[in-house]
Amino acid sequence: MAEMPAFTPVHLLTGFLGSGKTTLLKRLLAAPALADTAVLINEFGEIGLDHHLVERIDDTMVLLQSGCVCCTVRGELADALRELHSKRDRGLVPSFTRVIIESTGLADPFPVLSTLKSDPVLRHHFRAGTVVTTVDAVNGLAQLDTYVESTRQAAIADRLVITKADLCEDKAGLSRLLSRLTEFNPDAQRIMAGSDDPDADALFGDDVAQRATKLQSPSGFYCDTPTLRVTAEGVALHTAISSFVITVDRPIDWTGFGIWLTMLLNRHGERVLRVKGILDLVGEDRPVAVHGVQHLVHPPVHLDAWPLGERVSRLVFIVDGLDANLLKRSFNAFALAGNSDARPQPEAAAQIRNA
Amino acid sequence: MCSLCGVIGGNEHWTDAVARPGVFTRNVERLDRRRERARRVSAANSVLSAFGMSVSDWQGSAFVLATRTGKSEMIEDLGHLWPAAERLSGRVCDPLDPQLISCMEEANHG
Repeated sequence: MAEMPAFTPVHLLTGFLGSGKTTLLKRLLAAPALADTAVLINEFGEIGLDHHLVERIDDTMVLLQSGCVCCTVRGELADALRELHSKRDRGLVPSFTRVIIESTGLADPFPVLSTLKSDPVLRHHFRAGTVVTTVDAVNGLAQLDTYVESTRQAAIADRLVITKADLCEDKAGLSRLLSRLTEFNPDAQRIMAGSDDPDADALFGDDVAQRATKLQSPSGFYCDTPTLRVTAEGVALHTAISSFVITVDRPIDWTGFGIWLTMLLNRHGERVLRVKGILDLVGEDRPVAVHGVQHLVHPPVHLDAWPLGERVSRLVFIVDGLDANLLKRSFNAFALAGNSDARPQPEAAAQIRNA
Repeated sequence: MCSLCGVIGGNEHWTDAVARPGVFTRNVERLDRRRERARRVSAANSVLSAFGMSVSDWQGSAFVLATRTGKSEMIEDLGHLWPAAERLSGRVCDPLDPQLISCMEEANHG
């Protein structure tokens, strides 16, 4: 049995109603790859576990043939996770090294992530992992148009699984869907679901390594400048969600950046669906990657090397109704302000203003 | 829990991440940690001055945020700074406020 990690990653599987979450999960549960995993689902009934079932641990928990622990959430998610953690510690369930949560189709996935961060017990044992969002190739475009939940689910995803592509006869519609997804989540990995793909490791594999490497692509950076939307076909609802890149070619002051980003997230966290980037920091040789979803920012990670040896900071924002130009100006004014070491400048102004 | 102030064990903020393999943080060596705190105070003050507030280090474990009239509040980390600042000043601390941005730009370019 796998050793228990200090922080168990909690992955989130989300997607709009009928987008194929449960189908995907059903297939994954049968596979041996989920052996060291605990899965939190909404209903046992939906998944049809009977023929995989080995042992019923209690009302809400069962053990599957693959060694996977499967439980339903009754009431609070935090309670279910705490229960799992305590059972694992007492040896009542096999040790697991990751948790997958299936969220309901209409839910805004963010509160799940913030529970992990704010709960006094959970935050010492669990950490947020990957967000996987399923998008229906047939109805996805219409759902994105109509339901803001659907857009948010797609915007915060680390990996997007396009389901039912084989049922989709309208190839132009499919490519429109893909370009729409590129628009508001340019750097999520896109995976086409087939009868055997994606496997569990592709979806819930080592996410820290992924998160770090994901920021880099052969072209240098995964977060390429997003394609711009054609104005003619826009509906007000999601023309509001946009993404843009801030590029800075001189070192950034980490402290000033921290002050600015916390200030921004405090006021506009709900509207900053995602911020991720690679930073060239004053006093650091290696690049540092930051990654945040709404109010929650993951601990920054060190990357091994600069993509293509080019030392440039790049920050990608996916925002809901914030003015990109204002945000860029704000970044320049605040985050670069503490940069006096790197770029000597008169400091008298602050005192003059105070006088 | 700190027996002096009764603050229950801190929430780890991303700017103070606990050192783990791969994680970037300045929360490792004692001196680095103190230096980073000092820089943080000065960087925060350059923004807070626009709201008539200031922040100072408290025993290397917390910060004290104060207004010019002396209203003050203890905060644990940067995550608590801005909600507290808004509460104390009764103003919205919005980094996207064009007036505040011009104020900062002026300060930078002097």
